[in-house]
Amino acid sequence: MAFRLKLVPDNTKIDFFKNQALTFGFAILSMVASVIIVAIMGLNFGIDFRGGTTIRAETTTEIDLGEYRSALEALDLGDVVITEVYDPSFRADQHVAQIRIQAQDDSESVTPEMIAQVEAELEKVDPAVNFTSVESVGPKVSGELIQSAVLSVLAAAAGIGIYIWMRFEWQFSLGTVLASLHDVIVTVGLFSLFQIKFDLTTVAALLTIMGYSVNDTVVVFDRLRENLQKYKTTPLRDLMNLSLNETLGRTVMVVATMLLSLIALLIFGGDVLRGFVAAITFGVVLGTYSSIYMAKNFVLWLGVNREPKEKKKAGTTFADIDA
Amino acid sequence: MLQIPLWKRVLIWGVCALAILIALPNAFYGRVESHNDAKAEIADAGGNSTPEQEAALALWPNWLPSGLMSLGLDLRGGAHLLAEVHVSDVYADRIDNMWPEVRDALRGARDQVGSVRRVTSEPGVLKVQISNPEGIARAVELVRALAQPVTSVTGMGQSDIDVRAEGDTISVQLTEAERAATDTRTMLQSLEIIRRRVDEVGTREPTIQRQGDDRILIQVPGIGSAAELKSLIGTTAQLTFNSVVNVTQDANAQPGPRQAVLPSLNEQGIYYIVETTPVVTGEQLVDAQPAFDQNNRPAVNFRFNASGGRSFGDYTANNIGRPFAIVLDDEVISAPTIQSHISGGSGIITGNFTVEESTELAVLLRAGALPAGMSFLEERTIGPELGADSIAAGQMASIVAMLAIAVFMIACYGWFGFLATVALGINIIMLLAILTLLGATLTLPGIAGIALTMGMAVDANVLIFERIREELREGKSPVRAMDIGFEKALSAITDSNVTGLVTAVIMFVIGSGAVRGFAVTMGIGIITSLFTAVYMTRTLIATWYAWRRPKKIVV
Repeated sequence: MAFRLKLVPDNTKIDFFKNQALTFGFAILSMVASVIIVAIMGLNFGIDFRGGTTIRAETTTEIDLGEYRSALEALDLGDVVITEVYDPSFRADQHVAQIRIQAQDDSESVTPEMIAQVEAELEKVDPAVNFTSVESVGPKVSGELIQSAVLSVLAAAAGIGIYIWMRFEWQFSLGTVLASLHDVIVTVGLFSLFQIKFDLTTVAALLTIMGYSVNDTVVVFDRLRENLQKYKTTPLRDLMNLSLNETLGRTVMVVATMLLSLIALLIFGGDVLRGFVAAITFGVVLGTYSSIYMAKNFVLWLGVNREPKEKKKAGTTFADIDA
Repeated sequence: MLQIPLWKRVLIWGVCALAILIALPNAFYGRVESHNDAKAEIADAGGNSTPEQEAALALWPNWLPSGLMSLGLDLRGGAHLLAEVHVSDVYADRIDNMWPEVRDALRGARDQVGSVRRVTSEPGVLKVQISNPEGIARAVELVRALAQPVTSVTGMGQSDIDVRAEGDTISVQLTEAERAATDTRTMLQSLEIIRRRVDEVGTREPTIQRQGDDRILIQVPGIGSAAELKSLIGTTAQLTFNSVVNVTQDANAQPGPRQAVLPSLNEQGIYYIVETTPVVTGEQLVDAQPAFDQNNRPAVNFRFNASGGRSFGDYTANNIGRPFAIVLDDEVISAPTIQSHISGGSGIITGNFTVEESTELAVLLRAGALPAGMSFLEERTIGPELGADSIAAGQMASIVAMLAIAVFMIACYGWFGFLATVALGINIIMLLAILTLLGATLTLPGIAGIALTMGMAVDANVLIFERIREELREGKSPVRAMDIGFEKALSAITDSNVTGLVTAVIMFVIGSGAVRGFAVTMGIGIITSLFTAVYMTRTLIATWYAWRRPKKIVV
C-alpha cells in the first residue's frame, strides 16, 4: 500500500448532532453577534461606498506619516486617514502609503482640484514620491453602488434558492440559502469587528463565499438524497450523519485545496487584493462550518417528505434530538 | 467508462492542443504585442513599412495565433472616468434658440397681438408677453404652428413643443416626448465626440460606453492620469462665435440682459461683454486645421457648413469694424475686428498659441463640441508601475498555489492525484485560451479568480476519487469502482458547479469593473473545470488503465 496523506480516516462515525445546542447555537449566536457588531461599530467603508478619494503614494525613502499628516492638515480636507502599507512582495526600497480623504463638501462629482493640491503638498515633503493610483468616487455613485451590492447578494441568494428548489426540495433550498446567508453575515461581522476596508471587491468576495458555501452544502445534500432512496426506513437524522460522514473526506480535502490557493494569494498576491482574499478565506472556513453544522439542521427541523405514509413532522424530529 | 470511443479521445486531445495554441501568445505578451502593433501600423500605411516595424513584426511568427487577453486598467495602468451628461442643458438651449423664430412669427401679426417682449423665466421655458391680451388665442395659434413632429420611434405623432397661455403671457417648453428624443440624441452625440477625441491621440483599446440614461464610462489604458483624459475630452469645449458688446477690465461689470462677461484666455485682466446668443456655433463647423497666420504665428484655419457660412457672412457684412469673440469653454480665445465681409464661410483664429496648442485646438474643433456639459462622478488613475507589480504578485501567487495543490493532491491520491494535476494544468490553459478568444479583459481580481479556480477545480476530482475509494472499500473491482465513481459523482459535481455559475452570472450582470473581471474568470473557470475534471481525467485514467492493466488500484 502506497503512502497516502489522509486528513480524515476512512469510515468515520461522528455524530454531528451530538452537541447540536453548542454547534448550531454557535452559528446562530455568531450571526446575531455579527448584526449587533455591524450596528454598533459600523463598517469601514472604502470610497466605493461612501465617496471620497484614495491616493496611493510610493517612494524610495522611509515614509514619515507624521510629516504627511502635517502637510495635509493645512489643506483642511476634513477626515484624512494616512496609513503605511507593508507587503512581502515589495522591493527593499519600496515604501507605500495609502491616503484616504473624505468626500468634499456636498458636491456630487469628484474634486480634481483637491487631488492636485494634495499631490503638490506631498511632493513638497518628498520630491521622489510617485502617485501610482488615485481613485475618486462621488457620493452620488457610491449610494447607488451600495444599493447594487445589497441587490446582488439578494439576487444570488434567490437564484441559488430557486436552483436548489428545482433540483431538490424546498426544505433543502431554504436550508442551503440560510446557511449561505449565515456565512455572508458573519463575514461582514468580522469585517466590522476588525474594521477591514469594505469595498466593491468585498461584495464580489461575499458572492464567491455564497457560491462556495452552497457548493459545499449541495454535495452533502446530494449524498443525502441518494441515501434517502437507498435506506427507506432509517431515520432522517441518522441518514444525515451517514451522509456527512461519507462526504467528510471530500469536504476536508476541498477546504484544504481552497485554503492552499487562498494562503498563496494572501502571502504573494500583493496588498491591493488582500482585503478581498481575506474575506474569501473567512468565508470558506465559515462555509464549511455551516455546511456541516447548520444547513442540515434546518432541513431536519423542516422535515423531508420521504414517503406519503411516514411523513416526518417538525415537532417530533426535534423531540428526537433532545432525547 | 474505460471504453472511450476513438473519436471522443481525438476530440478531447484536439481541444487541448487547440487551447494550448491559442493560449500560447499570452506567455510572450510583450513580443506578440509589438508584433500586432507593427502589423496594424503596416496595414494602416497601406503595406509600407519601416525597418523598425519589420523588426517588431519578426518577433512573432505570422503563422501562429497572435490573439492576446486584454489587460484591465488595474494591470496595465490608465484612467477610468464615469461622466454624467447634463442632458437638460440642451432643453434650455433649444428653447432659447426658438426666441427669434417666435418673435418673428408674432411680429407678423402685430395688429392682433400688439408688441412682443421676452420675460425672464426658469431655464428651459420661454415666456413671451404680448401687449394686447385679447390677441392671446391668435398668438398661441401662431406659436403652435412652429411646432414640429418629434423624430423618434416612441414619440411618433407628437409635437416637440408645449405652448400654454396664462393671461397675456405665452410659455413654451419642450414636450416629454421631445425631451426623451433629445436625450437620446445628446447621449449619442456625446459618445461619438468623446470617441473621436480619444481616438485622435491613438491610444490602445479605449472603452467608451453608455451607462444608464445619462452616463458615459470612459476607460483609456496607457494614459497618464484621469486629469489628462479629462482635458482631452474637454468637459464642455463649446465653441461659439459671439458678438462683442464691450471690452472692460472689470471682472464684475454688470452685463445687460442675455449678455455675459467672459475672461480672455491670453490677456490678463481683459474681459469681454458678449451677447450670449451666438452668431454661429461650433456645430456648424466642418473643418479645422492647424496653420500659420501672415506673421507666421501658429493659428487655426476653420470652415463652416453652408448655413453657418451664410450666418457668418451676413453678420460680418453688417458689422464691419466691430470686434467679435471666438469663445471656447466660456473663455475668449481671440476677439478679432471684422475687417471685411467674410463670405465662403472660412476664417482663421489667431491668438498667442504655441504649435501644440494650435494643434490641440484644431483637434477639439474638428471633433465638434459636446452638446452638453458633463460632470465626473468617478475617476480612477492607476499607474503602470502598480499594474506591473500587481501582475508579478498575481503570477507568483498563482504559481505557488498551483505547486501547493499539486503536491497536496499527489500526497493524497498518488498517481491519480498526479493525473488530476495534469488536468488542472490543462484547465488553466483552457481558461486562458477562452479568455483570449472572447477578448475578455483580465483584471487583478480576475487573476485571483484564476487562483481560486485552481482550488475549486480539483473539487470535482476529489469527489470522483473519494467515491472510487468508497467503492473499492466495498470490494468492487477496479474497473467497476472507477465506473461507479465517475457516474455517481456527476450529479454532485453538476449541482455544485451550476450554483457557482449562478453567482458568477449575477456578479457579471450587477457588478461593475473589477467585480466583472473576477466573475468572468470564475465563470469560465467553472465551465472549463467541468470539462477537464470529468472528461480529461477520465481519458487520462482510461489511457493509463488500458496501457498498464493493473490488477489492483490504489486511489
